[in-house]
Amino acid sequence: MTLAAASHGFLSPTGVEIAFLLVGIVTLGAAVVTVTTKQLVHSALWLVVALGGIAVEYLLLTAEFIAWVQVLIYVGSVVVLLLFGLMLTKAPIGRSPDADSGNRWAALVVAAGSAAALVWVVVDAFRATWIDLDGPVQGSTQESGRSLFQYWVLPFEALSVLLLAALVGAIVLSRKHGAAAAERGAVAPSTPTGPAAHAPGEDR
Amino acid sequence: MSDALDIALRLGAVFVVFLVLPLVIGQTEHKVMAHMQGRLGPMYAGGFHGWAQLVADGVKFAQKEDVVPAGADRRIFQLAPAVALLPYLLVLVAIPIGPHNAVGQDLDAGIFFVLAVMGVGVLGALMAGWASANKFSLLGGLRTAAQLLAYELPMLLAAASVAMAAGTLSLPGILDAFQWWWVPWQIVGGLVFFTAGLAELQRPPFDMPVADSEIIFGAYTEYTGLRFALFLLAEYAGIVVLCALTSVLFLGGWHGPFGLDGLGWLWTLLKTAILAFGVIWLRVTYPRLREDQLQKLAWTVLIPLALAQIALTGVVKVVIS
Repeated sequence: MTLAAASHGFLSPTGVEIAFLLVGIVTLGAAVVTVTTKQLVHSALWLVVALGGIAVEYLLLTAEFIAWVQVLIYVGSVVVLLLFGLMLTKAPIGRSPDADSGNRWAALVVAAGSAAALVWVVVDAFRATWIDLDGPVQGSTQESGRSLFQYWVLPFEALSVLLLAALVGAIVLSRKHGAAAAERGAVAPSTPTGPAAHAPGEDR
Repeated sequence: MSDALDIALRLGAVFVVFLVLPLVIGQTEHKVMAHMQGRLGPMYAGGFHGWAQLVADGVKFAQKEDVVPAGADRRIFQLAPAVALLPYLLVLVAIPIGPHNAVGQDLDAGIFFVLAVMGVGVLGALMAGWASANKFSLLGGLRTAAQLLAYELPMLLAAASVAMAAGTLSLPGILDAFQWWWVPWQIVGGLVFFTAGLAELQRPPFDMPVADSEIIFGAYTEYTGLRFALFLLAEYAGIVVLCALTSVLFLGGWHGPFGLDGLGWLWTLLKTAILAFGVIWLRVTYPRLREDQLQKLAWTVLIPLALAQIALTGVVKVVIS
């Protein structure tokens, strides 16, 4: 660790390292504002800043492909889905005092625990690894694809099965609501639409 | 030093294209729509066939009062036009217009960059719809979000088919690998891509989110002056980006027919212009789709077609390799 750090100048960081640190601070700040702001839609928009900051970090780590996928999936789709759900249900302008669930401390403990676990894993795995910025790009599409489908194909497929299970689960949940409402007939008013997690167009 | 100069020149060229082409398309729309409807369109501004109409419009917009509704979320309301417009400027950097590296910046994952950043632009419409504190605006924002979620997937799948055919995600790389028979091979994907792109730009017949007879002007109802003009500019910049992308991905970009590649960037411009004319033509010809028709078209027609195109691409790719 000390050797690697010394050879790269621990106390005389390069421009990329400074930029990485600054973007990291902005990302962390945006993430904290996301969970502390009292305004629901502002929270979703700060999430855009945090996710975009992570994409910039990927770019600085030369993982270009991952960075654009991050923007495409998270900023372009997940946040739009979030905003859609918010607008569909409840999105007042101004503060919503009831937005706090009272689980603040439990959430803080879980967040700190998972952050510690992630930092531990990353530090343990990449302790003295430095990216050679002058050599061939290590995070290019070709390299990412090669390592993904040569060495990591089994975890990749397992993940896709997990996502499929989540998708089927969402469909089942939204179906059940409809069936229960139909059984109760006209006595009970029909329940509102299913959980916000289900994707649009699946309830047909 | 020459590196810095090179980068500055490229960015300058992209910026000029960004400022000029949307206005040209806007003016063309005025004239083409007018002639298709048996009118003349603007005839006086600037003298010759009203060529300066949009300049005059710009001056008018700049003079108008910039109103923010009292109940609106002020900062987000004012930020929204920039979020809607800037992504299209960024996207133009990655689109190649000619051979020999005539591109703002050759990106390794160009297709992903372009589609990802275009998706961000829609956030601007969502922010505008929510922050206006207006029911019509909120409805417009909702429709925008639903439309984006439905049409982003077929667009991505169609683009992925081209990337599979070329074996690269880089836009100049795709053009280097282009062969003339790709046009019939990828034609279904091209149609899906263009249709989905029209829906993402909310152009007729997919202009449900801004349907003027139902919800006034959707998310942009409360905007006045320059900020409104920026939203309009974003729409026309979006047409430029969509047509240029379609011509690069599916029509061979700077490759000419019958091996006439010599004209280079003129072919790109010509194909983009023809596609933009098609966009305007569609606006004059087709009635607006209803919301359920819109969703049904995306989920039951475009996505299966795009998946079939990917399967076809994969089969042909395996057979010829």
